[in-house]
Amino acid sequence: MSLDPATVRRIAKLARIRVDEAQVEALRTDLNSILGWIEQLNEVDVTGVEPLTGGTQMALRLREDVVNDGGIADAVLGNAPDRNGEYFAVPKVVE
Amino acid sequence: MAYTIEGASGPWEVVVGLEVHAQVISQSKLFSGAATAYGASPNSQVSFVDAAFPGMLPVPNREAIAQAVRTGLGLNAKINLVSRFDRKNYFYADLPQGYQISQFEHPIVGTGVVEIELADGSTKEVGITRLHLEQDAGKSVHDQHPTKSFIDLNRSGVALMEIVSEPDIRSPEEAGAYVKKLRSILRYLGTCDGNMEEGSLRADVNVSVRKAGEAYRTRCEVKNVNSVRFVMQAVEVEALRQIAVWEGGGEVQQETRLFDPNRGETRSMRSKEDAHDYRYFPDPDLLPVVLEQGWVDGLRAALPELPDAKQARFISEYGLSRYDAGVLVAEQATALFFEGVARGRDAKIAANWVTGDFFAAMNRTGRTIEDPPVSAAALGQLLDLMADSTINGKIAKEVFEAMVETGKGPAAIVDERGLRQVTDTGAIDAAVDAVIAANPEKVAEYRSGKDKLFGFFVGNVMKAMAGKGNPALVNAALKAKLG
Repeated sequence: MSLDPATVRRIAKLARIRVDEAQVEALRTDLNSILGWIEQLNEVDVTGVEPLTGGTQMALRLREDVVNDGGIADAVLGNAPDRNGEYFAVPKVVE
Repeated sequence: MAYTIEGASGPWEVVVGLEVHAQVISQSKLFSGAATAYGASPNSQVSFVDAAFPGMLPVPNREAIAQAVRTGLGLNAKINLVSRFDRKNYFYADLPQGYQISQFEHPIVGTGVVEIELADGSTKEVGITRLHLEQDAGKSVHDQHPTKSFIDLNRSGVALMEIVSEPDIRSPEEAGAYVKKLRSILRYLGTCDGNMEEGSLRADVNVSVRKAGEAYRTRCEVKNVNSVRFVMQAVEVEALRQIAVWEGGGEVQQETRLFDPNRGETRSMRSKEDAHDYRYFPDPDLLPVVLEQGWVDGLRAALPELPDAKQARFISEYGLSRYDAGVLVAEQATALFFEGVARGRDAKIAANWVTGDFFAAMNRTGRTIEDPPVSAAALGQLLDLMADSTINGKIAKEVFEAMVETGKGPAAIVDERGLRQVTDTGAIDAAVDAVIAANPEKVAEYRSGKDKLFGFFVGNVMKAMAGKGNPALVNAALKAKLG
């Protein structure tokens, strides 16, 4: 598998990363070598092996349904580049 | 008769599937301990997890998972003992993580079925494809500032169930009946309050059209429809639009559309072509959800009686018609009220009063079944006064209105206003004699065979007795005296 420049630009766009045209070729080479490495992993025979999510055999820890967080609007808004009262303010996003 | 829309080229069939987003009833969010209550001040119910601060880890809420399982059981669906959370990646200002935690490949609930009932009394099964758990996003406010949108993350992270139906729905009526039935089941289960105005229940409506016998044609998704009426309208107007496209020689493009209830039309959301590339992958912050069969069985054992079972019981236990039983079970509180009235009494009379005078009074006064204009106990007492002949049916309506107005019990009103039915045959005979004496020509007509005049005499006797005569005794006295 080999990525073309258009796919590199598309991946960048989906990730909201601005990529200058001059960088595309270098990124394409990098990404292709990563994909090449994954293709190598694909050679391992995993017939009959259950897919694993997460790196441990632990059971999922669950929380009881109690309210013990929130009420910290100022802290939550603390790093916001812009706010209006208790709201985050962002550039208008309506279509 | 199957529903079709008549186009220039003949009849078109409508094919509909729904994705319903139902907000889970829980105290705290799906992955954090922040509150879920509606209407709190902006960003006051947000934890660092919900705001996606770096390094914060989600921990699932056991009750939210239980609610999804209960819902699956209520939809007669397969519960998947192993399911998994995935990341659905997209950027939007009210989604601080940059992805929504959802379930893509392995939902917690698999295939099920919902039975809907239509106006002509027929029933139909609508297949459920799946139900999965996911996080809600925050809320964007666009109309407060000329160049900025305001973001409130209170809803961010609240648990949602997405319930996906098979494309089994074939008309606006069926779509409406499906949403109503689903809402009723969710409310019975206590897993979603079903409040469509507050957005606790909203539907994405997938619509396509086709000629009879064809395979499915391209569908469009109408997003975020927030009332049963709008769901029905959206199906119809979107089907009409697609028929016009096909018949105009064009081709329907698969896309996401918005329903505009003011204009009664759908319009394209002009989404960018890669908006749907969500690049799902398993969320590395979360392990698979593994349920024990015993825990699921425990939830099943604790489920309430659901609308279908209750309707069947009302038909067999109380002898109600399917229609009346359906009306009474749609809301659990209504069914409870009815049973409060009907228990130990004539259930058909109870059903008539509840669906008739009582519903009318509730609508007129703007009260609700939770805060009724007349209590079930008081309405029951009124029926008792009819059953033991203290009052007749006509007076009962008068007493009922007085109960609504004054809040007093029926017995007190009957006593106060002297409405007790007259069963004294002496008084009835006297009234009958007076009416006969005052109408010699009518008596002659009646005796010469004009049977229909009997009602005239009954009416006049009752009038003379201020409506309080026992109808059976009045009838008997008239029959005897008129010969």
